[in-house]
Amino acid sequence: MRKFTRNLAAAMSLVALTAAGVVADTPTRGGTLVTVLGSNVRNLNSAVQSGIVTGYPGAQLFASPLRYDDSWTPQPYLAESWDISDDGLSVTLNLVKNATFHDGQPITSSDVAFSVEVIKNNHPFKSMFAPVETVETPDAHTAILKLSKPHPALMLAMSGQLMSIIPEHIYGDVPINEVKTHPRNNENVVGSGPFKLVEFKNGEHVILERYDGFFMEGRPYLDKVVMRIITDPAARAIAYENGEVHMGAFESLPRIINRLKEADGLNVTPNGYGGIGPLDWLAINTTKGPLADVRVRKAIAHAIDKNFIMKAIMQGTASESRTGIHPDSPFYNADVEAYELDLDKANALLDDAGYPKNGDTRFSVTIDFGWPGVKPQVEYVKAALKKVGIDVEVRASADFPTWAKRMGTMDFDLSWDTVFNWGDPVIGVHRTYDSSNIAKGVWSNTQGYSNARVDELMQLAAVENDMEKRKALYAEFQAIIADEVPVYHVNTLPYHTVYSDKIGNPPIGIWGTSSPIDMVYLKD
Amino acid sequence: MSLRGALKGGRTLKIFGLIVNRLVYAFVLLFAVLVLNFTLMHLAPGDVADTISQSMGGADEELLIEIRKDYGLDQPYYQQLATYIGKVLRFDLGHSFFFNEPVSKLVLERVPATLLLVITAQILALLLGVVLGVYSARKPNGIMSHFVTFFALFGYSAPVFWTGILLLIAFSLQIPLFPVAGMRDVTIEGNFWVHAIDVMKHMVLPVVTLASIFLALYSRLARATMIETLGTDFVRTARAKGLPERQVVYKHALRNSLSPVVTLAGLQFSAVVSGAVLVEAVFSWPGLGTLAFQSIIARDTPTILGILFFSALVVIIGNLLTDLALRFVDPRVGASK
Repeated sequence: MRKFTRNLAAAMSLVALTAAGVVADTPTRGGTLVTVLGSNVRNLNSAVQSGIVTGYPGAQLFASPLRYDDSWTPQPYLAESWDISDDGLSVTLNLVKNATFHDGQPITSSDVAFSVEVIKNNHPFKSMFAPVETVETPDAHTAILKLSKPHPALMLAMSGQLMSIIPEHIYGDVPINEVKTHPRNNENVVGSGPFKLVEFKNGEHVILERYDGFFMEGRPYLDKVVMRIITDPAARAIAYENGEVHMGAFESLPRIINRLKEADGLNVTPNGYGGIGPLDWLAINTTKGPLADVRVRKAIAHAIDKNFIMKAIMQGTASESRTGIHPDSPFYNADVEAYELDLDKANALLDDAGYPKNGDTRFSVTIDFGWPGVKPQVEYVKAALKKVGIDVEVRASADFPTWAKRMGTMDFDLSWDTVFNWGDPVIGVHRTYDSSNIAKGVWSNTQGYSNARVDELMQLAAVENDMEKRKALYAEFQAIIADEVPVYHVNTLPYHTVYSDKIGNPPIGIWGTSSPIDMVYLKD
Repeated sequence: MSLRGALKGGRTLKIFGLIVNRLVYAFVLLFAVLVLNFTLMHLAPGDVADTISQSMGGADEELLIEIRKDYGLDQPYYQQLATYIGKVLRFDLGHSFFFNEPVSKLVLERVPATLLLVITAQILALLLGVVLGVYSARKPNGIMSHFVTFFALFGYSAPVFWTGILLLIAFSLQIPLFPVAGMRDVTIEGNFWVHAIDVMKHMVLPVVTLASIFLALYSRLARATMIETLGTDFVRTARAKGLPERQVVYKHALRNSLSPVVTLAGLQFSAVVSGAVLVEAVFSWPGLGTLAFQSIIARDTPTILGILFFSALVVIIGNLLTDLALRFVDPRVGASK
């Protein structure tokens, strides 16, 4: 039986912090932090809306049972301690006793049970809580999640923006599957997190202020957090540079990242995205034509020069990723086939597969892309594959839904794609390779990939509570995927967080800004 | 009744007839705008369920089906259209799929910001354009005249997002005079005047950027018509009878060359949405243009139709006002029929 107490975990994290020399300054209280959101917010209620835009305000308005430190170790948050039974079938959360919602009502175990129901019925990531059958509430501060099978992914799913605890007395007045359109998702929000909502003006800003009744002593440090909605990346860059904005996350344009790295008074970091785990890759439809042959897919991988993409297109801002799991994740296995650039090998593989050069060309395929930002990658793939005799036609899509439709119905040969891990591999990784999830909309198994051993490894890893055994299962899983290339994994999406020198404790943990910023402070 | 009285009465009747005529025309036009655009949106592959799923980092098929059912997107085309038109006839623009708010609220919230931006830019461009046009018409081959022409064409041909970013780099970054984005600074506190000045500071760059497009149109047109008018007989007569130059130019010639400029200004009403989209995007101006852009990207049909409905309405009203204004500026208009 593994039991973590609040004191033990707190002591451990203190040791870790001191060891890392992070506890240098004493945080000062007060001040208004001005930050940006790169696009309009659809919904502030993170229990019903996922995504990186909702994640930032959502994690400030709503608390989750756990939070994570930089080394992927769970820490107490709304749950002061937790316990997983030996059979792995029940997870007990002991809630802090003094926690209240922003209207002063206590946060109880029945709110936890309610929130789980709401998430199960509204949130897009069904795999997070699918094995949770019931939530028992023996007393006001104990919630026991009863599972149909062991579910290690639950730990990460109980942190960040993924398990927002929302008040039953506010959102319980409509049928459970209608909470996603509840009028109080965007106004008069009553949350459980460190900050409460002052004003949300669609297209302009979200303004939050400190919740004085927050259950963690002395926190949050900031009085007010302003989230300005600035959709133009160039305008955001100028706003960081002239000091109008203190901090922003999810900057992904290489040119702008590199420019801001040069600017005085600004820090630019790729840390803080391991949890979300954004990856860029080349998706391959494995069900038709030459691409159904694994030798052809390997040849394509050998013909594409990752270094060119990372140096010339990403301008050094992205790092290599060899598998469908983000390199920052503890489950990442870098020891897989890396597909160095090798045109001879690529040509040999294609000859071997029975596609000899007929003049200059062996065969033709199309390549799709979903948004204009990745057009350079697509054009590069066209040029690179030309060298080994594969003629590539670039197909543009008018907009995202057009591309999503093509992907979801597998009406493509090759496509550039960006997919997020969302914490545990069960949540965001399995969907791409699971043979029971073929062609079920965009970001499902759009490759039509099917391998019984891969399915089995995913099923075993999903219920394996032993971390080392689990790592071994995912290591084998990644090796097979790399060998069969249903997806050619290229690089991490270069998300960066920009913050001014004035900011202490910037949010660069595994969940970045999709975690509470109760420890962020402004230096005088 | 005197002859003059009869003429006057006829004129009022004509204006009344014009308004009724325009109302019928407006109704047909609005109907066509809605049906046509609804159909276009329907023909495009994919729908708002995809963009909602995108905003959430992906959703499984079950949820996509549920979203389509919730919003009635699983019904046949004609049924969706009938439901929508039925709602509009009851003055209900529907509920935004993407933003989870009533469309009328979304649109009306954004209208003041856009009107403030577009009208200020139009007035600035109109005044400055006429002044520059008249100035260069008086010495059509002078250095200043060429300079005005060059400057105006430059402003017209430069893409607005480029002009906007350039102005931002110059006046927000290098010389930090004006704020980068948005319409107000939410961190400042104070009375009405403090906030009004704050909004004005935020307005300067977007207004200048937007006005730079219109300026060329107005100054070129004002210059051309002014040159033409200055060469006409009645101007020569005015000069011949010894009127001071100032009176000849501003009272006789200018008034006679204004009507094409006013017509053009009226036509620019459509720019309430179209012209402002890019400028609003660059400066994160919380107006209709930004909303239109976002809802098109999101395939949010009710919001797009709501905006089109509203902008068609503005264009219709704008054209009507232009007609009436022309009758005022130039009494010959409408009297000839």
